[in-house]
Amino acid sequence: MAETASMAKVLVVTSGKGGVGKTTSTAALGAALAQAGQKVAVVDFDVGLRNLDLVMGAERRVVFDFINVVQGVAKLSQALIRDKRLETLWLLPASQTRDKDALTEEGVASIINELRGQFDWVICDSPAGIERGATLAMRFADTAVIVTNPEVSSVRDSDRIIGLLDSKTEKAENGQRVDKHVLITRYDAQRAARGEMLNIEDVLEILSTPLLGIIPESEEVLRASNLGSPITINNATSAPARAYLDAARRLKGDAVPMSIPNDRKGLLDKLFGRRAA
Amino acid sequence: MTNAIAVRPQGAMRLHGRSLMTFVLTPTTPITDWLTEIDKRRRTSPAFFVGRPIILDLAAVSLNESQIGELIKELDERGIRVMALEGTEDDRLGPSLPPVLKRGRATGSEAPGSFSEKGAARTPRRQEPSSLLIENPVRSGQSIIFPNGDITVLGSVASGAEVVAGGSIHIYGTLRGRAMAGSMGNPRARIFCSRNEAELVSIDGYYRTAEEMDASLRSRPAQCWLENRVLAIAALD
Repeated sequence: MAETASMAKVLVVTSGKGGVGKTTSTAALGAALAQAGQKVAVVDFDVGLRNLDLVMGAERRVVFDFINVVQGVAKLSQALIRDKRLETLWLLPASQTRDKDALTEEGVASIINELRGQFDWVICDSPAGIERGATLAMRFADTAVIVTNPEVSSVRDSDRIIGLLDSKTEKAENGQRVDKHVLITRYDAQRAARGEMLNIEDVLEILSTPLLGIIPESEEVLRASNLGSPITINNATSAPARAYLDAARRLKGDAVPMSIPNDRKGLLDKLFGRRAA
Repeated sequence: MTNAIAVRPQGAMRLHGRSLMTFVLTPTTPITDWLTEIDKRRRTSPAFFVGRPIILDLAAVSLNESQIGELIKELDERGIRVMALEGTEDDRLGPSLPPVLKRGRATGSEAPGSFSEKGAARTPRRQEPSSLLIENPVRSGQSIIFPNGDITVLGSVASGAEVVAGGSIHIYGTLRGRAMAGSMGNPRARIFCSRNEAELVSIDGYYRTAEEMDASLRSRPAQCWLENRVLAIAALD
């Protein structure tokens, strides 16, 4: 594929397992990058079960969608929805009335290519599973964020997804590597202390993939979702928002010391001394 | 969990992997001419088909179920046993016919000249590499199969992944998935891992699941071998 002049990065947010926080993380990371002045498009690949429009608070402004653009019914510029709060944040919604079969590799390739020319970041929100929707969401990625909860089933599914990122993406097939990062979400320090969760060291050892950030479990995340506002916009000083803002800086290449932000100040704000690669 | 589990007899049911080479016959139309050709070959080399089950590739002909049955009967009368069918889309063929095979791989065709030789023509086997090195972690859902010898994995083998070797298996990371050594029938094969969290280990078809492993053997370096048809596991540290 012809690389465009801009240094656009295509990032897939994926997990294998459902309900781990892919859409929340897509919205939060997208907003955080836009807050840092980057031009960002978040793209919903969950055709038939779209959610990103709700989490972004754009559901009442959807006219055209991804499939319309693939099929030539609408132009990309007509389907892209600009965020009301952040000038440089855009959403390309999925179609709710179709299913994943409506996605074709050629269609996805042409849209991603067009987005590359206009944005700094193209963030693809993958559907759960390992089928067509998920494989097409990762197909053209340069970078992947693998969202994992600290529990065994989520970690195993993430491992499976990492295997697919290393074999089924365009980069992998060209002998290159997709840059991979693990984002641990719904981390509950108290439950971890009681041994009710996998600890972070174990998760990283199993996945042997560098850590992008640890997002603490928080009611703030649900509250922001219900309000249709990415957590980094809705309550930028909350613990999960700070974790996402740090993660976004690491994605941009900044060296940010790893910590688990906590609402109760300093109590468990343990420094890991680990840097995201 | 009780300790009774540990004395459960090992390997009451043995499952083996087998990969073998068979010959494929591809009938052409008209079938009668093709059968005449077979008869001619049989006269010059009577022992050729004896004890050699073959696969019948029906890609070049279009036969219905009863015609296929007739053809198999004709071949049977000539001492040619058909073990499976290939090249036919219809897998709804009745139970009286051999099963339909898919994804067979060609290994070169038998030169017609070898028909004239007495007995089975045995070509010397090409020297295959006897070990396989995997430098990346083996991820969940991946399956590494190497029937020709040992497998060495530098990383870990994830839960839900499997490594299957004809020879021994060496894992320098953590074994969390399955390791099956000696899969082609080699009781001397062994499994080594620098940390044992295995879901299942097996040697020559004798296996042991995680539940049947002593807790003291978990989370540490271990090796597995076969001793009087019992799969033994011991810590290595």
